[in-house]
Amino acid sequence: MTHEEILKRLNTAFPQSVVGHEEFRGDLSVVIRREDLPRVALFLKEDADFSFDLIVDVLGIDRYGSADRFEVVYIVYSLKNKQYLRFRVTLAEEHPAVATVTNVWPGANWYEREAYDMFGIRFEGHPDLRRMYMPEEFEYYPLRKDFPLMGIPDSLPLPRR
Amino acid sequence: MALEALQRDGYLTTQLDAVINWARKNSLWPMPMGISCCAIEMMATASPRFDISRFGSEVMRFTPRQCDVMIVAGTVTYKMAKVVRKIYDQMPDPKWVISMGACASSGGMFRSYSVVQGIDQFIPVDVFVAGCPPRPEALLASLMELQKKIEKDRSIGELLHGEQLYIPETAGLAGDPKIA
Repeated sequence: MTHEEILKRLNTAFPQSVVGHEEFRGDLSVVIRREDLPRVALFLKEDADFSFDLIVDVLGIDRYGSADRFEVVYIVYSLKNKQYLRFRVTLAEEHPAVATVTNVWPGANWYEREAYDMFGIRFEGHPDLRRMYMPEEFEYYPLRKDFPLMGIPDSLPLPRR
Repeated sequence: MALEALQRDGYLTTQLDAVINWARKNSLWPMPMGISCCAIEMMATASPRFDISRFGSEVMRFTPRQCDVMIVAGTVTYKMAKVVRKIYDQMPDPKWVISMGACASSGGMFRSYSVVQGIDQFIPVDVFVAGCPPRPEALLASLMELQKKIEKDRSIGELLHGEQLYIPETAGLAGDPKIA
């Protein structure tokens, strides 16, 4: 499917949901309204023409300083069409939360956990939203732009010497 | 002289420290704490080309109960530090630690929130080895340095002289929830 066909089909199915798109070096990136993410995600996977059945990655972005501070980017792949699609949602700074896509792509489980661990983005409805890399008791989100590179002193306890 | 006595009478006289230290330094069984790429060089050190068994250290045991020297070979994160410390605590005394490579010694190139900037912050280190990763020769050199250190130890002398025997790391460890 060409990018035009993808956009047209998405716009027909969800006239309100696609709030923007851009192309960069042959890749299409679609911006989805946050509230519509579960419906659009299910459609992308279940629709016979699209059939984006593989979740490649879910990542977070911190656009520090902007009102919509956080973004979540989803990369999906259609084994049938041999085609990638990237779509994303923007989240407000004060309440960075978005519905999970694990009920659509179970493989997103750990990706969303990673984004939660690093950015503090909450994935509502996620079956197991625990920290991925950092210790459970850690209170900060290290990949946020306002987190210092060397960390917060004494936030990670060491065994006593 | 001593050897002649051994030949003639079947015994020899020497210092207890000398015998014990001689035995200890020539049978340093390593705990291979290989947590990243330095571990590859550590394995190479055990290979026939470099042959760590020349120093009596070929017995890499994967249980801390049978080890004398822990070779921390790799990047230690804060999450891993607890594990390293736990394994160190399980090793029987006397025990030594070699900090192999830049990461274990100082955090190395990982100047980051997640990496401990030097394992001496939570375990006592006897020898630091420079390099990223160090060549097997460097690890062998550190082993020889450790042997020199053990040679000078007062192994059991303090006890015989009525001084208190130094048992490191026993105070306050049992029941410490951070370590358990």
